[in-house]
This record gives sequence, C-alpha cells and structure tokens, in this order.
Amino acid sequence: MIPRVSCLLLAWLLPAGLAMALAIGEPLEFATEAQQRQYDTLVRELRCTVCQSETIHESNAELAADMRRRVYAMTLAGQDAEAIVGFMVQRYGDYVRYRPPLQANTLLLWASPFLLLVVGGFTWWRIVVGRRHMAAYPAFTRRERALLDRLSREDTGRQP
Amino acid sequence: MNRRLLIPLVATVALLGLLYLGLGIDSRDLPSPLVGKPAPPFVLEALEDAEVTLTEQDFIGEVALVNVWATWCSTCRAEKPLLMELAQGDIPIHAFNYRDERESALRYLSVSDNPYRTIAYDPAGDAGIDWGVYATPETYVLDAEGVIRYKRIGPLTRQLLLDEVLPLVEKLRAESLREEPLGSEARRVAQS
Repeated sequence: MIPRVSCLLLAWLLPAGLAMALAIGEPLEFATEAQQRQYDTLVRELRCTVCQSETIHESNAELAADMRRRVYAMTLAGQDAEAIVGFMVQRYGDYVRYRPPLQANTLLLWASPFLLLVVGGFTWWRIVVGRRHMAAYPAFTRRERALLDRLSREDTGRQP
Repeated sequence: MNRRLLIPLVATVALLGLLYLGLGIDSRDLPSPLVGKPAPPFVLEALEDAEVTLTEQDFIGEVALVNVWATWCSTCRAEKPLLMELAQGDIPIHAFNYRDERESALRYLSVSDNPYRTIAYDPAGDAGIDWGVYATPETYVLDAEGVIRYKRIGPLTRQLLLDEVLPLVEKLRAESLREEPLGSEARRVAQS
C-alpha cells in the first residue's frame, strides 16, 4: 500500500505531462451554456478513483485531471451526461459515481433511511401507547390494598 | 424484562458484527469491471520508435500480460525483476509506458533489463482511461483472444504470481491449445 502511495505522490510532484491535463478551475470554453452546465455537474458527480473521497472537480491527482479532460472532450463532442457517466462506469465501475444508481445491489442503501424511519416510528408509537395505559402514579388495586393491610397487621401483631 | 434486554443486545451484536466485517474490507480493493471484456482499443506510438503505431491488436495473439509502468513509479522499478523472470519463462509481456517521458523511459530500459515485448507510449494517459488504469503499476492478463481475464492494481508479488497469475496463464494456454487444432484444421482446409 505504502509504495503505491509514494508512487502517486511522485506522480503528483512531477510536473511532466501536466500541460496536457486540465488543472483545477482552469477556464474552459464551451459552445453552449448547456454544455458548460453539463460539465460543471459531471465533474462534481464523478469520484476520483485514486483519491477516493474527492470528486474529480476538487482533486489534484493526475488521473482526476485526465478524467476532467475526457469529460470536457466528450461534452464538446455533444455526448450527453448519461453517455459520459456510462463511459466512466464501464471502465471504473459503479464506484466512480458519487450518486449511486438505484439497482438491485443498492436497494438496501436507498431504502435504509425509510426503513429506519419506519422502525423508529413504530418504536415511538409502541412507547407512547404503552404510556397511555399507565397510571400517572403507581396505584394498588383493592385486593392488593387488602393484602397489604393484612400483612402489615400480621407483622405488627407478631411483635411483642 | 428479558425481552426488553434481548432486543438491544441482539441489535448491538448485529451492529458489532457488521462493523467487524467492515474491518476486513480493503477500501483500495477496487472492482475491475473490465475483467471479462475484450481489450479496449487504442492507437499509440511505440516507445522505441515514434514512427511505429501500435494498437490493441499488437497485444493480442497469445496469452500475455499487459503491464502499466512509468520511470517515476518506484514500485514499478521494484516489480521489474519479477517481470524479467516471467519474460525469461517465456510469458510475453506487453506494456503501456504511462504518463512518462520517452527519453527517460528509454534511458531506464537501456541501463537495466527490458522484460517487455511491445511498449505503447501513453504520455497523456489516453489509453490509461480506456483501460481503466487507477495507478501504476497495474497488470492485466489477456487470453489468446484478447479478452481481459485478470487485473491486478498495484505491484505483483511472487506469492500472487504463484497463487493466481501463473495458474491462470497455464489454464488459458490450455484453453487456447484445445481450440487451436480446430482453428489450424480450418485454416488448412481453407488453404487447399
């Protein structure tokens, strides 16, 4: 693991080849505003696969720069967002998407907030209903009171 | 009272189990969606000669390894003796020289061993994206038909070669041999 990290670090420090990549925030020219919007959205939705918790928009890694360049070129070529994301997923897997798609293996992920809401709501409802039947303070039934009375009488009766 | 305690207990144990499983997952172990797919096409200059154009067809023909390397990548340097052994063991290794400079790559190969049969020069990482390269070094195994059958992100190790790569190469070679007689038969028929 560590050699690869140092490998990446070296790649990052090395200025060679940087000219070909798109630097972060480098001004780009688009034919239409829609293309600009598509590019801006996509670079914030694709994960930089070597830096894991960064989008390609915010990552300094060379791979992220390559991916930005590819998104830019494909956008200029008139490809829609779906095609570009599909292209990246084909190469880097679903992992490259920051917004996971709704499919069989992500169903639980998408459903979990609602499941938690249902479980939490049910628990809350059970507690509230349980409390409603509870008296405000502990009370004895008539039979219990009679028993208590008898017991305390027997107790005092036995004492000399 | 027992039931009231049991539910949180079960929930806690389940959560701990889940977290324990999570510990075993290496977040750098990334999926390789290209395994099982044909080698992605590319058109690049050969490292040794800018006049020569290489495509994915130059990597295809027999069971082979494709290694992604660069001179700035120290892990690749460390990995090369193993590749050398494979090359001497008659396993063809093709390569992408990834995000590198031609002069330094050629100098590096001239002062040390060269295990590669074909080297495509990819200074901008173009083929890198098409091949889904994350970080150097990476190694693919192609079968005789040019389908990617294995991908290793990171350096090869002797253990990995013995456990995974070499058995796979052997299996793929056996597969291609089984298909070969039919193929050569058909060719002979076609020629006559």
